[in-house]
Amino acid sequence: MTPTDIKVNARKRWMGLLAKAPATQLHTLFERLKSKPQHSWLRAPETGGAMVRGRMGGTGALFNVGEMTVTRCALRLQTGEVGHAYVQGRDKDHAERAAIIDAMMQTPHAGEVEATVLHPLAHGAAENFNTRAAKAAATKVEFFTMVRGED
Amino acid sequence: MYVAVKGGERAIDNAHAWLAEERRGDVNVSELTLPQIREQMTLAVHRVMAEGSLYDPDLAALAIKQSRGDLIEAIFLIRAYRTTLPRIGYSDPVDTGKMTCDRRISATFKDAPGGQVLGPTFDYTHRLLDFKLAADGEVPTANHAIPQTADMPRITDFLNKDDLIQTEVPSDETPPDMTREPMEYPANRALRLQTLTRGDEGFVLGMAYSTQRGYGRNHPFVGELRIGTISVEMEIAELGFSIEIGEITLTECETVNQFTGSKSEPPQFTRGYGLVFGQLERKAISMALVDRALRWQELGEDNLGAPAQDEEFVLSHSDNIQATGFLEHIKLPHYVDFQSELELVRKLRCEAQAAAHKEAAE
Repeated sequence: MTPTDIKVNARKRWMGLLAKAPATQLHTLFERLKSKPQHSWLRAPETGGAMVRGRMGGTGALFNVGEMTVTRCALRLQTGEVGHAYVQGRDKDHAERAAIIDAMMQTPHAGEVEATVLHPLAHGAAENFNTRAAKAAATKVEFFTMVRGED
Repeated sequence: MYVAVKGGERAIDNAHAWLAEERRGDVNVSELTLPQIREQMTLAVHRVMAEGSLYDPDLAALAIKQSRGDLIEAIFLIRAYRTTLPRIGYSDPVDTGKMTCDRRISATFKDAPGGQVLGPTFDYTHRLLDFKLAADGEVPTANHAIPQTADMPRITDFLNKDDLIQTEVPSDETPPDMTREPMEYPANRALRLQTLTRGDEGFVLGMAYSTQRGYGRNHPFVGELRIGTISVEMEIAELGFSIEIGEITLTECETVNQFTGSKSEPPQFTRGYGLVFGQLERKAISMALVDRALRWQELGEDNLGAPAQDEEFVLSHSDNIQATGFLEHIKLPHYVDFQSELELVRKLRCEAQAAAHKEAAE
């Protein structure tokens, strides 16, 4: 992987985490940041629909399944970094906080943001994932063969 | 004589005020909140999202509250809202093979890798009313086991390896979008699937059932049914790469259908496919059966004249919002139309009577 790939992958990870984060949890964690930088809008928050696509038979040709609500925005910090956000749902504050964090992750504050916001979000998501997986596993069928009554 | 009339504003305003009061019901009963609907009427929320063709659980909960639980009215509200949204883009195709499955079953292979995972299903319940739910109860808890880490491969992949099932040919060709262009017939499979996934559950179920009863029989097995969550990715032009923009619940059904072969195809199994928003397995299975029935031409099967083989019939009657609009408009004032019909019938009667008199006189 080139250094660019590594940077892109890191950004994909936090942007995805922010997109899927529960808005209230992100709000709480965001408030814990010591400094919240000022910003100016490049694109004010806007809610729209993204058409979700699937494949026939899961692997074949494309078709349109339906839309999902998405809110996006872009902003620039006073220090110059540009933050983007595409988050699920219609919460404009959620999109704004996500874009600020995206921008802050490009500043020397990245470590603080990672520890205060991203790490707890990832932890919460993993916990949800594991809980559901554990419940699903408990419903897995264990087949057994009945002994035939011949002897 | 045509006389234009106006009126009814006061009656309409008062009707709507009464509707609002009735919606609230008995004020001694606490009001429903949207989180309550979202969390406890989840499958109604899923149906409204699927047929409203917009994935947003909070909006669907609001629509259900506003419509007093009339789900078609709720779907109508979601569709109306949907048209106000700017289209931000098209997602990358979701990879349902990577779904985090709550449920995954196969009716064809007992020992499929990944196993038979029942999930939170109504199957095997006794369908007896549970009066415990009528009282304030304890919070029920699910059992846990060690989560599986192994993949859950597609069941149809096994058949595909031996060429025993028709291959789905991957393609990235841009599919038609019925929300952007008017429907045209003959439609292709992409357009049929888009129409079926937002189609009325009852209608699609009825059509699927008709194929099972013999009107275009195609011998389906549920090769695989999976329900779970999946991350949706979309390419962001300003970034130059794809990011996850959210997570949705989907139900996917692949049917494996008997096929004896035709002039162009060897004997092998064929497929029907269903993919819907939310946890809606009745709808996903129905969609797969109807999809398969509508593929008769491409597979070189005979047209048996079955309703489920008639693409235009199925697609143009599957939308409950179109159907409701046309059906219910006949209750709105048609005074002038009816006046002219009335005059016509009177005139025809006069003429018929005059003819009868004349005949009698002769």
